[in-house]
Amino acid sequence: MTTYIVRRMLQTFVVIILLSYVCFYLMTLMPGDPVELMIQSNPKITSADIERLRTLYGLDQPAYKRYANWVSSIVQGDLGYSRTYRVPVSELIGPKLVNTFVLSMSSLLLAILIAVPLGVLCALRAGSKLDYTVNFFAFAGISMPSFWLAIVLIIIFSVTLGWLPAGGTSTIGFEPTGILDGGLDRLKYLILPTLSLAYLSIGSFLRFVRASMMDAMRNDYIRTAKAKGLPRLAVVWKHGFRNALIPLITIIALSFSGVFSGAIITETVFAYQGVGKLVFDSITGNDFNVAMVSFVISVSMVLLMNLIADILYGVADPRISYK
Amino acid sequence: MILPRPFDTHGHPFSEEAVLSDVVLKVKDLETTFFSKAGPFRAVNKISYEIRKGETLGIVGESGCGKSVTSFSLMRLIEKPGQITGGSAVLNGRDLLKLSEPEMQKVRGDEMAMIFQEPMTALNPVLTIGQQIDEQILMHKNVTPAEAKERSIEMLSLVGIPSPAERYTNYPHQLSGGMRQRAMIAMALSCNPTFLIADEPTTALDVTIQAQILELIQTLQEKLNMTVQFITHDLGVISEIADRTLVMYGGQFCEMGNTQEIFKNPLHPYTHALIGSRPRFGNRVQRLTTIEGSVPAPHEYPAGCPFTNRCSRATEQCRMQKPPVQELSPGHQVACFHPMGAR
Repeated sequence: MTTYIVRRMLQTFVVIILLSYVCFYLMTLMPGDPVELMIQSNPKITSADIERLRTLYGLDQPAYKRYANWVSSIVQGDLGYSRTYRVPVSELIGPKLVNTFVLSMSSLLLAILIAVPLGVLCALRAGSKLDYTVNFFAFAGISMPSFWLAIVLIIIFSVTLGWLPAGGTSTIGFEPTGILDGGLDRLKYLILPTLSLAYLSIGSFLRFVRASMMDAMRNDYIRTAKAKGLPRLAVVWKHGFRNALIPLITIIALSFSGVFSGAIITETVFAYQGVGKLVFDSITGNDFNVAMVSFVISVSMVLLMNLIADILYGVADPRISYK
Repeated sequence: MILPRPFDTHGHPFSEEAVLSDVVLKVKDLETTFFSKAGPFRAVNKISYEIRKGETLGIVGESGCGKSVTSFSLMRLIEKPGQITGGSAVLNGRDLLKLSEPEMQKVRGDEMAMIFQEPMTALNPVLTIGQQIDEQILMHKNVTPAEAKERSIEMLSLVGIPSPAERYTNYPHQLSGGMRQRAMIAMALSCNPTFLIADEPTTALDVTIQAQILELIQTLQEKLNMTVQFITHDLGVISEIADRTLVMYGGQFCEMGNTQEIFKNPLHPYTHALIGSRPRFGNRVQRLTTIEGSVPAPHEYPAGCPFTNRCSRATEQCRMQKPPVQELSPGHQVACFHPMGAR
């Protein structure tokens, strides 16, 4: 098991390097570079200045050399400067990453907490009125555009009822007196985006849980468990859900890989200070350093969560063993 | 752990009838119906039989004849759209069909247990053998987990599993098919059931393993003084294990009697044909005898005897009327207007 994990970690590391190079190379293929933006903003710039700036930023060098430079500074802990915002990337992206993480985690956990018991219940009562009703709302969640849901939530809870703020991350100018105070203020801003993100993922989670649970409950060992005289709860959770969990691991683990990537649409609608909008702007604005850092984080999270899913398989299903 | 039972498992004294006779299970007019979209279908149609203490009753019939549904009805494990629609099944003095679900849970796995056809799929793949046996003991007996473990290992060794303490920690996939069926038996017998239902327990196994499992069931039956209802479609298995045999066709009672008597002197044309279609050693023939026709679809059964359309002796009366069960010789009952013996 340990050797398996170590081997997979090494593989993961190699894949991260390769993918980050691919991302880097694709960025260089994009038309335009930072110097062109400077040319546009300064009509008096001379061609000698342009040459000098290109050399200064290393833009005259081939992609692999620039990549090597970038990696060596990353390894030293220097994430570089954002050319658009003129602050170090770590300063720019750090707090936004935290915001995005809080939002994604809370919506994912909420989605799982609702989807799992509801999915199990629907599987047990497949074909009932409850099942149809829940499925209706699940499909609505799957097919609803996220910006539309977000706007509807804002109209209901901020505009009409006035219970919650329509957007933002915390109250501007608000000086929290303690952790509880500050936390509560943040929570107010978190509720609507969390609800809108959670509702979108509840639908697909629920459908997965339901299908997987129905499969599990059709197995012969469920009948055995009943024949042993176990109460229904033990049959459902210990024998049914325990088996239904195995296929769920992938979808849930992979959902967690997005916790640092940001939900650009939802974050934009709610003016939530997350990383989604920042990354989008950095790509369109040729802000290499910001874009690359977030690429690497996204890639690493997907690979890491795959690895975790594989390890969890081994834990959940004794038939799978890693050597 | 093996206790005498002057009272049933819930402390109620046995009914007078049960004490006076040695009948463990008395099934009367059991009827189980499946309410499918095409209309209701009687999978078990007014079956009556009884099993005496220490006896093995074999129930034989082809696929879909209702033998498994009969067993699941006794366990009250019929799933929707199926439903038990009538009759009674008195086990040790109590009618199982009248018990509430919580009461039934206490009976299942304790007073009566069941072993299944597919040892490959009947055990939960993600729990160890030990966990699965312990669970049942802890459910029914007032013991500590350590005592349950001790009992589980004792049971595993009783069913002839080598190095039981090690097997206790194994998962089902680490055991062979025969070993899994042994573990299944150990689990079923872990709470000393008085009544065991074996639903084709040897069908999925190799012939050599089959013989071992049959022998094991017989040995344990004597050792633990159990009453067994053994379901199979295999006449060879029936002749080996059953004291008495019930033949079913189309959800209905055909014939019941002493196993030897049934094989020597079958009264129902179906039993006769069934025995006639068996391959015999040393008797090489070009083609095996078969029963003409096939089992009718669930909704095509005639109003009378279900075997009518395949029976050489059928008359108009057979088509219209259900033949009543009659006892032609002591202990040998048949439901047929034109039984084989009476020419």
